[in-house]
Amino acid sequence: MKVTDKDVAYVADLANLELTEDERARMSRDLNSILEYVARLSELETDNIAPMAQVSDRYGVDESRQGSDRFAYAIRDDVKDGLRKSLPHEAAVKNAPDTDGTFFEVPKVIER
Amino acid sequence: MPAPMMNPMTIDDIRSCIAERTTTATALAQDFYTRIRKEDPEIGAFLTLCEERALAQAGRIDAIAAAGKPLPPLAGVPVAIKDVMVTSGVRTTAGSKILENFIPPYDCTAVARLEAAGAVILGKLNCDEFAMGSSNENSAYHPVHNPCDKSRVPGGSSGGSAAAVAAEMAVATLGSDTGGSIRQPASFCGVVGLKPSYGRVSRYGLIAFASSLDHIGPFAKTVKEVALVLRTIAGRDPMDSTSAEVPVPDYVAELEKPVQGLKVGVAKEYFGSGLDPEVRAAVEAAIQKLAELGCEIVPVNLPHTEYAIPTYYIVATAEASANLARYDGVRYGFRAKANTLSEMYRLSRDGGFGVEVKRRIMLGTYALSAGYYDAYYLKAQKVRTLLTRDFDEAFKKVDVIAAPTCPTPAFRLGEKVNDPLAMYLADIYTVTANLAGIPGISIPCGENHEKLPIGLQLFGRHFDEATLLRVAHAYEQVRVSLVVRR
Repeated sequence: MKVTDKDVAYVADLANLELTEDERARMSRDLNSILEYVARLSELETDNIAPMAQVSDRYGVDESRQGSDRFAYAIRDDVKDGLRKSLPHEAAVKNAPDTDGTFFEVPKVIER
Repeated sequence: MPAPMMNPMTIDDIRSCIAERTTTATALAQDFYTRIRKEDPEIGAFLTLCEERALAQAGRIDAIAAAGKPLPPLAGVPVAIKDVMVTSGVRTTAGSKILENFIPPYDCTAVARLEAAGAVILGKLNCDEFAMGSSNENSAYHPVHNPCDKSRVPGGSSGGSAAAVAAEMAVATLGSDTGGSIRQPASFCGVVGLKPSYGRVSRYGLIAFASSLDHIGPFAKTVKEVALVLRTIAGRDPMDSTSAEVPVPDYVAELEKPVQGLKVGVAKEYFGSGLDPEVRAAVEAAIQKLAELGCEIVPVNLPHTEYAIPTYYIVATAEASANLARYDGVRYGFRAKANTLSEMYRLSRDGGFGVEVKRRIMLGTYALSAGYYDAYYLKAQKVRTLLTRDFDEAFKKVDVIAAPTCPTPAFRLGEKVNDPLAMYLADIYTVTANLAGIPGISIPCGENHEKLPIGLQLFGRHFDEATLLRVAHAYEQVRVSLVVRR
Protein backbone atom coordinates (compact mmCIF):
# COMPACT_ATOMS: atom_id res chain seq x y z
CA MET A 1 0.00 0.00 0.00
CA LYS A 2 1.97 2.93 -1.28
CA VAL A 3 1.05 6.40 -0.01
CA THR A 4 0.44 8.61 -3.04
CA ASP A 5 0.44 12.39 -3.31
CA LYS A 6 -3.33 12.15 -3.49
CA ASP A 7 -3.39 10.23 -0.17
CA VAL A 8 -1.20 12.87 1.42
CA ALA A 9 -3.55 15.64 0.27
CA TYR A 10 -6.58 13.71 1.52
CA VAL A 11 -5.06 12.93 4.93
CA ALA A 12 -3.79 16.51 5.35
CA ASP A 13 -7.34 17.64 4.72
CA LEU A 14 -8.71 15.24 7.36
CA ALA A 15 -6.08 16.45 9.83
CA ASN A 16 -6.73 20.14 9.14
CA LEU A 17 -3.18 20.70 7.94
CA GLU A 18 -2.30 22.79 4.92
CA LEU A 19 1.34 21.70 4.23
CA THR A 20 3.56 23.35 1.64
CA GLU A 21 4.53 21.57 -1.60
CA ASP A 22 7.90 20.66 -0.07
CA GLU A 23 6.27 19.35 3.08
CA ARG A 24 3.87 17.22 1.05
CA ALA A 25 6.71 15.65 -0.92
CA ARG A 26 8.66 14.97 2.24
CA MET A 27 5.57 13.60 3.97
CA SER A 28 4.85 11.04 1.28
CA ARG A 29 8.51 9.91 1.35
CA ASP A 30 8.56 9.63 5.17
CA LEU A 31 5.16 7.94 5.47
CA ASN A 32 6.15 5.36 2.89
CA SER A 33 9.40 4.61 4.66
CA ILE A 34 7.70 4.27 8.06
CA LEU A 35 4.77 2.21 6.72
CA GLU A 36 7.17 -0.10 4.92
CA TYR A 37 8.69 -0.84 8.32
CA VAL A 38 5.25 -1.18 9.90
CA ALA A 39 4.27 -3.76 7.25
CA ARG A 40 6.16 -6.43 9.19
CA LEU A 41 3.15 -6.62 11.54
CA SER A 42 1.40 -8.61 8.81
CA GLU A 43 3.84 -11.47 9.47
CA LEU A 44 1.86 -12.18 12.64
CA GLU A 45 -1.33 -14.24 12.62
CA THR A 46 -3.82 -12.26 14.74
CA ASP A 47 -7.27 -13.44 13.61
CA ASN A 48 -8.18 -14.75 17.05
CA ILE A 49 -6.39 -12.11 19.10
CA ALA A 50 -8.46 -9.48 20.88
CA PRO A 51 -7.37 -5.89 20.25
CA MET A 52 -6.01 -3.97 23.23
CA ALA A 53 -6.90 -0.29 23.36
CA GLN A 54 -5.54 0.43 26.82
CA VAL A 55 -4.23 -1.26 29.96
CA SER A 56 -6.63 0.17 32.54
CA ASP A 57 -8.99 -2.78 32.24
CA ARG A 58 -6.21 -5.24 33.06
CA TYR A 59 -4.95 -3.94 36.38
CA GLY A 60 -6.18 -2.28 39.51
CA VAL A 61 -9.83 -3.08 38.89
CA ASP A 62 -12.29 -5.14 40.89
CA GLU A 63 -11.88 -8.48 39.09
CA SER A 64 -15.06 -9.91 40.60
CA ARG A 65 -17.20 -7.39 38.72
CA GLN A 66 -18.16 -7.11 35.09
CA GLY A 67 -18.11 -4.28 32.56
CA SER A 68 -18.06 -0.74 33.86
CA ASP A 69 -18.73 -1.98 37.41
CA ARG A 70 -15.06 -2.97 37.47
CA PHE A 71 -14.23 0.74 37.50
CA ALA A 72 -16.74 1.69 40.20
CA TYR A 73 -13.97 3.51 42.05
CA ALA A 74 -13.64 5.98 39.21
CA ILE A 75 -17.31 7.01 39.31
CA ARG A 76 -18.45 9.95 41.39
CA ASP A 77 -21.83 11.37 42.22
CA ASP A 78 -23.22 13.70 39.60
CA VAL A 79 -23.47 16.86 41.65
CA LYS A 80 -23.14 20.54 40.86
CA ASP A 81 -19.54 21.71 41.42
CA GLY A 82 -18.45 18.02 41.53
CA LEU A 83 -14.72 17.78 42.26
CA ARG A 84 -13.86 21.41 41.89
CA LYS A 85 -15.58 24.57 40.89
CA SER A 86 -15.65 25.43 37.21
CA LEU A 87 -13.01 27.90 36.06
CA PRO A 88 -14.11 31.49 36.44
CA HIS A 89 -15.25 32.87 33.08
CA GLU A 90 -12.37 35.34 33.03
CA ALA A 91 -9.78 32.56 33.51
CA ALA A 92 -11.38 30.42 30.81
CA VAL A 93 -11.08 33.09 28.12
CA LYS A 94 -7.74 34.52 29.32
CA ASN A 95 -5.66 32.58 26.78
CA ALA A 96 -8.04 33.16 23.89
CA PRO A 97 -6.49 34.72 20.78
CA ASP A 98 -9.69 36.70 20.26
CA THR A 99 -12.52 37.24 22.74
CA ASP A 100 -15.10 39.84 23.59
CA GLY A 101 -14.82 38.80 27.24
CA THR A 102 -17.86 36.53 27.02
CA PHE A 103 -17.30 34.43 23.90
CA PHE A 104 -14.39 33.11 21.84
CA GLU A 105 -14.47 34.99 18.56
CA VAL A 106 -13.56 33.39 15.23
CA PRO A 107 -13.65 34.40 11.56
CA LYS A 108 -16.93 33.94 9.76
CA VAL A 109 -17.87 30.33 9.14
CA ILE A 110 -17.98 29.55 5.43
CA GLU A 111 -17.73 26.01 4.15
CA ARG A 112 -14.83 25.31 1.90
CA MET B 1 29.00 34.89 45.36
CA PRO B 2 27.22 32.05 47.10
CA ALA B 3 29.29 29.04 48.04
CA PRO B 4 29.51 26.32 45.40
CA MET B 5 26.70 23.84 45.65
CA MET B 6 27.09 21.33 48.41
CA ASN B 7 27.48 18.42 46.07
CA PRO B 8 26.29 15.76 46.30
CA MET B 9 23.26 17.03 48.13
CA THR B 10 20.39 14.64 48.62
CA ILE B 11 16.75 15.22 49.44
CA ASP B 12 17.32 14.03 53.01
CA ASP B 13 20.41 16.26 53.42
CA ILE B 14 18.44 19.28 52.26
CA ARG B 15 15.59 18.63 54.63
CA SER B 16 17.85 18.14 57.64
CA CYS B 17 20.03 21.17 56.79
CA ILE B 18 16.92 23.34 56.66
CA ALA B 19 15.54 21.79 59.88
CA GLU B 20 18.87 22.41 61.65
CA ARG B 21 18.94 25.93 60.22
CA THR B 22 22.40 25.44 58.63
CA THR B 23 20.83 26.67 55.41
CA THR B 24 17.48 28.00 54.30
CA ALA B 25 15.23 26.97 51.46
CA THR B 26 15.50 30.51 50.15
CA ALA B 27 19.32 30.47 50.08
CA LEU B 28 19.28 27.08 48.42
CA ALA B 29 16.83 28.20 45.73
CA GLN B 30 18.99 31.24 45.07
CA ASP B 31 22.10 29.04 44.81
CA PHE B 32 20.36 26.91 42.23
CA TYR B 33 19.28 29.92 40.20
CA THR B 34 22.87 31.18 40.24
CA ARG B 35 24.01 27.81 39.03
CA ILE B 36 21.34 27.67 36.32
CA ARG B 37 22.36 31.12 35.05
CA LYS B 38 25.97 29.99 34.90
CA GLU B 39 25.54 26.49 33.42
CA ASP B 40 22.34 26.51 31.42
CA PRO B 41 23.35 28.82 28.56
CA GLU B 42 25.54 25.94 27.31
CA ILE B 43 23.03 23.20 28.06
CA GLY B 44 19.60 24.64 27.32
CA ALA B 45 17.61 22.55 29.80
CA PHE B 46 15.23 25.30 30.94
CA LEU B 47 12.54 27.05 28.91
CA THR B 48 11.04 29.15 31.71
CA LEU B 49 12.15 30.03 35.24
CA CYS B 50 9.53 30.79 37.89
CA GLU B 51 11.54 32.55 40.58
CA GLU B 52 8.62 34.34 42.15
CA ARG B 53 6.73 31.12 42.73
CA ALA B 54 9.89 29.31 43.89
CA LEU B 55 10.91 31.97 46.39
CA ALA B 56 7.38 32.23 47.79
CA GLN B 57 7.39 28.47 48.39
CA ALA B 58 10.92 28.60 49.87
CA GLY B 59 9.72 31.37 52.20
CA ARG B 60 6.87 29.16 53.41
CA ILE B 61 9.31 26.32 54.13
CA ASP B 62 11.68 28.66 55.98
CA ALA B 63 8.79 29.93 58.09
CA ILE B 64 7.93 26.35 59.10
CA ALA B 65 11.57 25.72 59.99
CA ALA B 66 11.85 29.01 61.92
CA ALA B 67 8.76 28.06 63.94
CA GLY B 68 10.41 24.74 64.78
CA LYS B 69 7.54 22.79 63.26
CA PRO B 70 8.07 19.46 61.43
CA LEU B 71 9.05 19.91 57.79
CA PRO B 72 7.26 18.11 54.97
CA PRO B 73 9.19 15.24 53.27
CA LEU B 74 10.53 17.24 50.30
CA ALA B 75 11.03 20.49 52.22
CA GLY B 76 13.08 22.97 50.23
CA VAL B 77 14.10 20.47 47.54
CA PRO B 78 14.79 22.32 44.27
CA VAL B 79 12.92 20.54 41.48
CA ALA B 80 11.98 21.33 37.90
CA ILE B 81 9.17 20.17 35.65
CA LYS B 82 9.07 19.05 32.03
CA ASP B 83 7.16 21.68 30.11
CA VAL B 84 4.34 19.27 29.22
CA MET B 85 2.84 19.55 32.72
CA VAL B 86 0.67 22.60 33.26
CA THR B 87 1.56 25.06 36.00
CA SER B 88 -0.90 27.66 37.17
CA GLY B 89 0.28 31.13 36.17
CA VAL B 90 3.57 29.80 34.75
CA ARG B 91 3.94 29.59 30.96
CA THR B 92 3.65 26.03 29.65
CA THR B 93 4.66 25.42 26.03
CA ALA B 94 4.99 21.64 25.51
CA GLY B 95 8.10 22.67 23.56
CA SER B 96 5.80 23.97 20.82
CA LYS B 97 5.33 27.36 19.19
CA ILE B 98 1.59 26.73 19.18
CA LEU B 99 1.60 27.18 22.98
CA GLU B 100 4.32 29.86 23.10
CA ASN B 101 2.21 32.25 25.21
CA PHE B 102 0.00 29.76 27.04
CA ILE B 103 -0.47 30.52 30.75
CA PRO B 104 -2.41 27.61 32.29
CA PRO B 105 -5.16 28.37 34.80
CA TYR B 106 -4.49 25.28 36.96
CA ASP B 107 -1.76 22.92 38.21
CA CYS B 108 -0.99 19.38 37.10
CA THR B 109 -1.71 16.99 40.03
CA ALA B 110 1.88 15.65 40.13
CA VAL B 111 3.22 19.21 40.34
CA ALA B 112 0.70 20.18 43.04
CA ARG B 113 1.64 17.10 45.06
CA LEU B 114 5.35 17.91 44.86
CA GLU B 115 4.71 21.43 46.05
CA ALA B 116 2.39 20.25 48.82
CA ALA B 117 5.25 18.02 50.00
CA GLY B 118 7.51 21.08 50.29
CA ALA B 119 9.43 20.98 46.98
CA VAL B 120 10.50 24.26 45.39
CA ILE B 121 9.70 24.45 41.67
CA LEU B 122 12.50 26.31 39.92
CA GLY B 123 11.15 26.26 36.39
CA LYS B 124 9.98 24.42 33.30
CA LEU B 125 12.19 22.11 31.28
CA ASN B 126 12.87 21.85 27.58
CA CYS B 127 11.59 18.80 25.66
CA ASP B 128 10.73 17.59 22.20
CA GLU B 129 7.59 19.28 20.89
CA PHE B 130 4.57 17.59 22.51
CA ALA B 131 7.03 14.96 23.82
CA MET B 132 7.50 13.63 20.27
CA GLY B 133 11.14 12.76 19.78
CA SER B 134 14.15 10.86 21.07
CA SER B 135 16.84 13.57 21.02
CA ASN B 136 15.20 16.80 22.20
CA GLU B 137 16.03 18.27 18.78
CA ASN B 138 12.31 18.65 18.04
CA SER B 139 11.96 21.42 20.63
CA ALA B 140 10.60 24.50 18.87
CA TYR B 141 12.85 26.65 21.09
CA HIS B 142 16.37 25.25 21.19
CA PRO B 143 18.10 21.88 21.51
CA VAL B 144 19.46 20.55 24.81
CA HIS B 145 23.13 19.61 25.02
CA ASN B 146 24.12 16.51 26.95
CA PRO B 147 26.03 17.69 30.06
CA CYS B 148 28.38 14.66 29.69
CA ASP B 149 29.41 15.72 26.16
CA LYS B 150 27.91 18.90 24.81
CA SER B 151 28.26 17.78 21.18
CA ARG B 152 25.73 15.03 21.91
CA VAL B 153 21.99 14.88 22.46
CA PRO B 154 20.61 14.35 25.98
CA GLY B 155 18.01 11.95 24.61
CA GLY B 156 14.34 12.70 24.51
CA SER B 157 11.73 13.60 24.79
CA SER B 158 12.45 14.57 28.44
CA GLY B 159 15.96 15.78 27.52
CA GLY B 160 15.78 18.88 29.71
CA SER B 161 14.64 16.82 32.71
CA ALA B 162 17.61 14.44 32.44
CA ALA B 163 20.16 17.17 31.65
CA ALA B 164 19.02 19.39 34.56
CA VAL B 165 19.65 16.56 37.05
CA ALA B 166 22.95 15.53 35.40
CA ALA B 167 24.23 19.13 35.49
CA GLU B 168 22.98 19.57 39.08
CA MET B 169 20.63 22.38 38.17
CA ALA B 170 17.84 20.56 40.08
CA VAL B 171 17.90 17.75 42.64
CA ALA B 172 14.96 15.98 41.05
CA THR B 173 12.80 16.59 38.00
CA LEU B 174 9.59 15.27 36.49
CA GLY B 175 9.42 13.95 32.95
CA SER B 176 6.89 12.09 30.88
CA ASP B 177 7.37 8.76 29.12
CA THR B 178 5.19 7.64 26.20
CA GLY B 179 7.71 5.34 24.50
CA GLY B 180 10.88 5.75 26.55
CA SER B 181 11.02 9.50 27.05
CA ILE B 182 12.14 9.21 30.70
CA ARG B 183 14.35 6.12 30.55
CA GLN B 184 16.24 6.88 27.32
CA PRO B 185 17.41 10.39 28.36
CA ALA B 186 18.23 9.09 31.86
CA SER B 187 20.47 6.52 30.17
CA PHE B 188 22.10 9.10 27.86
CA CYS B 189 22.78 11.58 30.70
CA GLY B 190 23.87 9.08 33.37
CA VAL B 191 21.03 9.63 35.85
CA VAL B 192 18.18 7.51 37.25
CA GLY B 193 14.77 7.75 35.55
CA LEU B 194 11.59 5.83 36.34
CA LYS B 195 8.49 5.24 34.27
CA PRO B 196 5.90 4.00 36.80
CA SER B 197 3.07 1.58 35.99
CA TYR B 198 0.14 2.83 33.95
CA GLY B 199 -2.39 4.09 36.50
CA ARG B 200 0.17 4.73 39.25
CA VAL B 201 0.57 8.49 38.79
CA SER B 202 -2.24 10.84 37.84
CA ARG B 203 -1.90 12.48 34.43
CA TYR B 204 -4.31 15.31 35.27
CA GLY B 205 -2.63 18.38 33.82
CA LEU B 206 -0.25 16.43 31.57
CA ILE B 207 -0.58 17.73 28.02
CA ALA B 208 -1.77 14.60 26.23
CA PHE B 209 0.28 12.92 23.49
CA ALA B 210 -0.95 9.28 23.44
CA SER B 211 -3.33 8.71 26.32
CA SER B 212 -3.01 4.92 26.59
CA LEU B 213 0.82 5.22 26.70
CA ASP B 214 1.54 8.51 28.53
CA HIS B 215 3.11 8.33 32.00
CA ILE B 216 4.62 10.87 34.43
CA GLY B 217 7.73 9.89 36.38
CA PRO B 218 10.78 11.17 38.25
CA PHE B 219 14.49 11.72 37.51
CA ALA B 220 17.19 12.03 40.20
CA LYS B 221 20.81 11.07 40.87
CA THR B 222 19.92 8.07 43.05
CA VAL B 223 17.25 5.39 43.24
CA LYS B 224 16.33 6.47 46.76
CA GLU B 225 15.49 9.97 45.60
CA VAL B 226 13.43 8.62 42.73
CA ALA B 227 11.59 6.49 45.33
CA LEU B 228 10.96 9.58 47.49
CA VAL B 229 9.51 11.53 44.57
CA LEU B 230 7.39 8.58 43.39
CA ARG B 231 5.96 8.18 46.91
CA THR B 232 4.91 11.84 46.74
CA ILE B 233 3.25 11.86 43.32
CA ALA B 234 1.74 8.34 43.23
CA GLY B 235 -1.80 7.31 44.07
CA ARG B 236 -5.37 7.72 42.99
CA ASP B 237 -6.50 11.17 41.89
CA PRO B 238 -10.22 11.74 41.42
CA MET B 239 -9.35 14.17 38.58
CA ASP B 240 -7.88 11.34 36.45
CA SER B 241 -10.15 8.33 36.00
CA THR B 242 -7.19 6.26 34.71
CA SER B 243 -5.32 6.67 38.00
CA ALA B 244 -5.92 3.39 39.75
CA GLU B 245 -7.30 2.73 43.22
CA VAL B 246 -4.23 0.74 44.28
CA PRO B 247 -2.44 1.31 47.62
CA VAL B 248 0.92 3.13 47.43
CA PRO B 249 3.63 1.34 49.44
CA ASP B 250 6.37 3.20 51.28
CA TYR B 251 8.90 2.82 48.48
CA VAL B 252 11.74 4.20 50.59
CA ALA B 253 11.21 1.71 53.42
CA GLU B 254 10.99 -1.13 50.87
CA LEU B 255 14.41 -0.26 49.38
CA GLU B 256 16.39 -1.89 52.17
CA LYS B 257 14.74 -5.29 51.94
CA PRO B 258 17.15 -7.99 50.74
CA VAL B 259 17.19 -8.95 47.08
CA GLN B 260 18.61 -12.42 47.68
CA GLY B 261 16.52 -15.08 45.96
CA LEU B 262 14.70 -12.66 43.65
CA LYS B 263 14.52 -13.90 40.07
CA VAL B 264 15.91 -11.62 37.36
CA GLY B 265 14.82 -12.44 33.82
CA VAL B 266 17.07 -11.92 30.82
CA ALA B 267 15.53 -12.01 27.34
CA LYS B 268 17.77 -12.64 24.32
CA GLU B 269 15.48 -10.39 22.26
CA TYR B 270 17.02 -7.38 24.04
CA PHE B 271 20.57 -8.43 23.18
CA GLY B 272 20.27 -8.93 19.43
CA SER B 273 21.92 -7.28 16.45
CA GLY B 274 22.08 -3.51 16.64
CA LEU B 275 23.15 -3.53 20.28
CA ASP B 276 26.42 -1.64 20.73
CA PRO B 277 29.12 -4.05 22.03
CA GLU B 278 30.18 -1.75 24.86
CA VAL B 279 26.56 -1.32 25.97
CA ARG B 280 26.13 -5.09 25.89
CA ALA B 281 29.26 -5.63 27.98
CA ALA B 282 28.21 -3.04 30.60
CA VAL B 283 24.68 -4.45 30.92
CA GLU B 284 25.96 -8.04 31.11
CA ALA B 285 28.40 -6.99 33.84
CA ALA B 286 25.51 -5.37 35.74
CA ILE B 287 23.48 -8.58 35.49
CA GLN B 288 26.52 -10.44 36.84
CA LYS B 289 26.52 -8.04 39.82
CA LEU B 290 22.87 -8.89 40.46
CA ALA B 291 23.82 -12.56 40.48
CA GLU B 292 26.57 -11.81 42.99
CA LEU B 293 23.94 -10.11 45.18
CA GLY B 294 22.10 -13.43 45.33
CA CYS B 295 19.54 -12.90 42.58
CA GLU B 296 18.81 -15.87 40.38
CA ILE B 297 19.30 -15.12 36.68
CA VAL B 298 16.59 -16.79 34.60
CA PRO B 299 16.27 -16.80 30.79
CA VAL B 300 12.87 -15.58 29.57
CA ASN B 301 11.31 -15.21 26.14
CA LEU B 302 9.73 -12.01 24.87
CA PRO B 303 9.20 -13.25 21.31
CA HIS B 304 7.20 -10.32 19.93
CA THR B 305 9.76 -7.66 20.86
CA GLU B 306 10.76 -7.01 17.25
CA TYR B 307 7.19 -5.90 16.52
CA ALA B 308 7.11 -3.31 19.30
CA ILE B 309 8.35 -0.30 17.31
CA PRO B 310 5.89 -0.67 14.43
CA THR B 311 3.07 -1.32 16.91
CA TYR B 312 4.04 1.68 18.98
CA TYR B 313 4.31 4.12 16.08
CA ILE B 314 0.81 3.23 14.88
CA VAL B 315 -0.88 3.31 18.31
CA ALA B 316 0.95 6.43 19.50
CA THR B 317 0.41 8.45 16.34
CA ALA B 318 -3.25 7.43 16.06
CA GLU B 319 -3.89 8.65 19.59
CA ALA B 320 -1.78 11.77 18.99
CA SER B 321 -3.75 12.69 15.89
CA ALA B 322 -6.91 12.74 18.02
CA ASN B 323 -5.35 14.46 21.05
CA LEU B 324 -3.77 17.23 18.99
CA ALA B 325 -7.01 18.06 17.19
CA ARG B 326 -7.72 20.47 20.07
CA TYR B 327 -5.05 22.91 18.83
CA ASP B 328 -7.21 24.85 16.45
CA GLY B 329 -6.47 28.46 17.35
CA VAL B 330 -9.90 29.04 18.91
CA ARG B 331 -9.62 28.93 22.70
CA TYR B 332 -5.88 29.21 23.37
CA GLY B 333 -2.58 29.02 21.56
CA PHE B 334 -1.37 30.41 18.26
CA ARG B 335 -3.91 31.70 15.78
CA ALA B 336 -2.97 32.54 12.19
CA LYS B 337 -4.64 35.39 10.36
CA ALA B 338 -7.35 33.98 8.11
CA ASN B 339 -10.60 34.95 6.43
CA THR B 340 -12.64 31.85 7.20
CA LEU B 341 -12.85 29.43 10.09
CA SER B 342 -11.52 26.41 8.19
CA GLU B 343 -8.63 28.43 6.83
CA MET B 344 -7.88 29.59 10.38
CA TYR B 345 -7.73 26.00 11.64
CA ARG B 346 -5.36 24.89 8.90
CA LEU B 347 -3.06 27.90 8.94
CA SER B 348 -2.89 27.97 12.75
CA ARG B 349 -1.92 24.31 12.90
CA ASP B 350 0.47 24.66 9.98
CA GLY B 351 2.23 27.62 11.55
CA GLY B 352 2.14 26.32 15.12
CA PHE B 353 3.31 22.71 14.74
CA GLY B 354 6.83 21.57 13.84
CA VAL B 355 7.67 18.99 11.21
CA GLU B 356 7.77 15.90 13.47
CA VAL B 357 4.43 16.74 15.06
CA LYS B 358 2.89 17.15 11.60
CA ARG B 359 4.46 13.87 10.49
CA ARG B 360 2.92 12.02 13.44
CA ILE B 361 -0.47 13.64 13.01
CA MET B 362 -0.36 12.59 9.35
CA LEU B 363 0.71 9.03 10.13
CA GLY B 364 -1.92 8.66 12.85
CA THR B 365 -4.67 10.17 10.74
CA TYR B 366 -3.73 7.86 7.88
CA ALA B 367 -3.74 4.79 10.15
CA LEU B 368 -7.23 5.67 11.41
CA SER B 369 -8.70 6.63 8.04
CA ALA B 370 -11.34 4.59 6.24
CA GLY B 371 -9.78 1.65 4.42
CA TYR B 372 -6.60 1.58 6.53
CA TYR B 373 -8.02 1.28 10.03
CA ASP B 374 -8.07 -2.54 10.05
CA ALA B 375 -4.71 -2.94 8.34
CA TYR B 376 -2.86 -0.57 10.67
CA TYR B 377 -4.64 0.54 13.82
CA LEU B 378 -6.62 -2.63 14.57
CA LYS B 379 -3.63 -4.79 13.65
CA ALA B 380 -1.37 -2.81 15.98
CA GLN B 381 -3.88 -3.13 18.83
CA LYS B 382 -3.88 -6.90 18.36
CA VAL B 383 -0.10 -7.09 18.36
CA ARG B 384 -0.17 -4.97 21.51
CA THR B 385 -2.10 -7.83 23.12
CA LEU B 386 0.63 -10.28 22.04
CA LEU B 387 3.41 -8.04 23.40
CA THR B 388 1.60 -7.70 26.72
CA ARG B 389 1.08 -11.47 26.94
CA ASP B 390 4.84 -11.92 26.48
CA PHE B 391 5.38 -9.97 29.71
CA ASP B 392 2.51 -11.78 31.50
CA GLU B 393 4.20 -15.10 30.73
CA ALA B 394 7.69 -13.89 31.69
CA PHE B 395 6.51 -12.46 35.02
CA LYS B 396 5.11 -15.86 35.98
CA LYS B 397 8.75 -16.95 36.17
CA VAL B 398 10.67 -13.86 37.30
CA ASP B 399 10.33 -10.80 39.55
CA VAL B 400 12.11 -8.29 37.33
CA ILE B 401 13.61 -8.31 33.82
CA ALA B 402 17.01 -6.77 33.07
CA ALA B 403 17.90 -5.27 29.67
CA PRO B 404 19.76 -2.37 28.11
CA THR B 405 17.81 0.91 28.16
CA CYS B 406 19.07 1.90 24.70
CA PRO B 407 21.00 0.15 21.94
CA THR B 408 23.73 2.84 21.94
CA PRO B 409 25.06 5.66 24.12
CA ALA B 410 24.10 9.26 23.32
CA PHE B 411 24.42 10.09 19.62
CA ARG B 412 25.57 13.40 18.17
CA LEU B 413 23.35 16.42 17.66
CA GLY B 414 22.15 16.37 14.06
CA GLU B 415 23.07 12.72 13.52
CA LYS B 416 19.53 11.39 13.03
CA VAL B 417 17.38 14.47 12.41
CA ASN B 418 16.77 13.70 8.74
CA ASP B 419 15.90 10.04 9.21
CA PRO B 420 12.72 9.64 11.29
CA LEU B 421 12.86 5.84 11.22
CA ALA B 422 16.43 5.75 12.57
CA MET B 423 15.31 8.12 15.34
CA TYR B 424 12.32 5.88 16.17
CA LEU B 425 14.63 2.87 16.52
CA ALA B 426 16.40 4.61 19.43
CA ASP B 427 13.31 3.56 21.45
CA ILE B 428 13.52 -0.12 20.52
CA TYR B 429 14.05 -1.37 24.11
CA THR B 430 11.74 1.07 25.87
CA VAL B 431 8.42 1.16 23.99
CA THR B 432 7.44 -2.33 25.15
CA ALA B 433 6.88 -1.18 28.76
CA ASN B 434 4.53 1.56 27.57
CA LEU B 435 2.51 -0.81 25.41
CA ALA B 436 2.17 -3.28 28.32
CA GLY B 437 1.83 -0.57 30.99
CA ILE B 438 4.49 -2.12 33.24
CA PRO B 439 7.04 -0.06 35.21
CA GLY B 440 10.60 0.44 33.94
CA ILE B 441 13.64 2.16 35.37
CA SER B 442 17.00 3.17 33.88
CA ILE B 443 20.04 3.41 36.14
CA PRO B 444 23.64 4.15 35.16
CA CYS B 445 25.73 0.97 34.82
CA GLY B 446 28.95 2.14 33.20
CA GLU B 447 30.54 4.21 30.47
CA ASN B 448 31.90 3.51 27.03
CA HIS B 449 35.44 4.34 25.87
CA GLU B 450 34.36 7.93 25.20
CA LYS B 451 33.11 8.26 28.80
CA LEU B 452 29.49 8.31 27.65
CA PRO B 453 27.02 6.88 30.18
CA ILE B 454 25.33 3.51 29.66
CA GLY B 455 21.98 2.62 31.26
CA LEU B 456 20.70 -0.64 32.73
CA GLN B 457 16.95 -1.01 32.35
CA LEU B 458 14.80 -3.05 34.71
CA PHE B 459 11.15 -3.92 34.10
CA GLY B 460 8.78 -4.95 36.89
CA ARG B 461 5.31 -6.39 37.33
CA HIS B 462 2.40 -4.01 37.02
CA PHE B 463 2.20 -1.83 40.17
CA ASP B 464 5.30 -3.50 41.60
CA GLU B 465 7.59 -0.48 41.54
CA ALA B 466 8.68 -1.50 45.05
CA THR B 467 10.57 -4.59 43.83
CA LEU B 468 11.92 -2.71 40.82
CA LEU B 469 13.31 0.08 43.01
CA ARG B 470 14.67 -2.41 45.54
CA VAL B 471 16.71 -4.28 42.91
CA ALA B 472 17.89 -1.00 41.33
CA HIS B 473 18.93 0.31 44.75
CA ALA B 474 20.80 -2.90 45.63
CA TYR B 475 22.67 -2.73 42.32
CA GLU B 476 23.46 0.95 42.83
CA GLN B 477 25.21 0.11 46.13
CA VAL B 478 27.62 -2.37 44.50
CA ARG B 479 28.21 -1.03 41.01
CA VAL B 480 31.59 0.31 40.06
CA SER B 481 31.69 3.95 41.08
CA LEU B 482 30.96 6.24 38.19
CA VAL B 483 32.71 9.53 37.82
CA VAL B 484 30.24 12.27 37.09
CA ARG B 485 31.79 14.86 34.83
CA ARG B 486 30.59 18.06 33.35
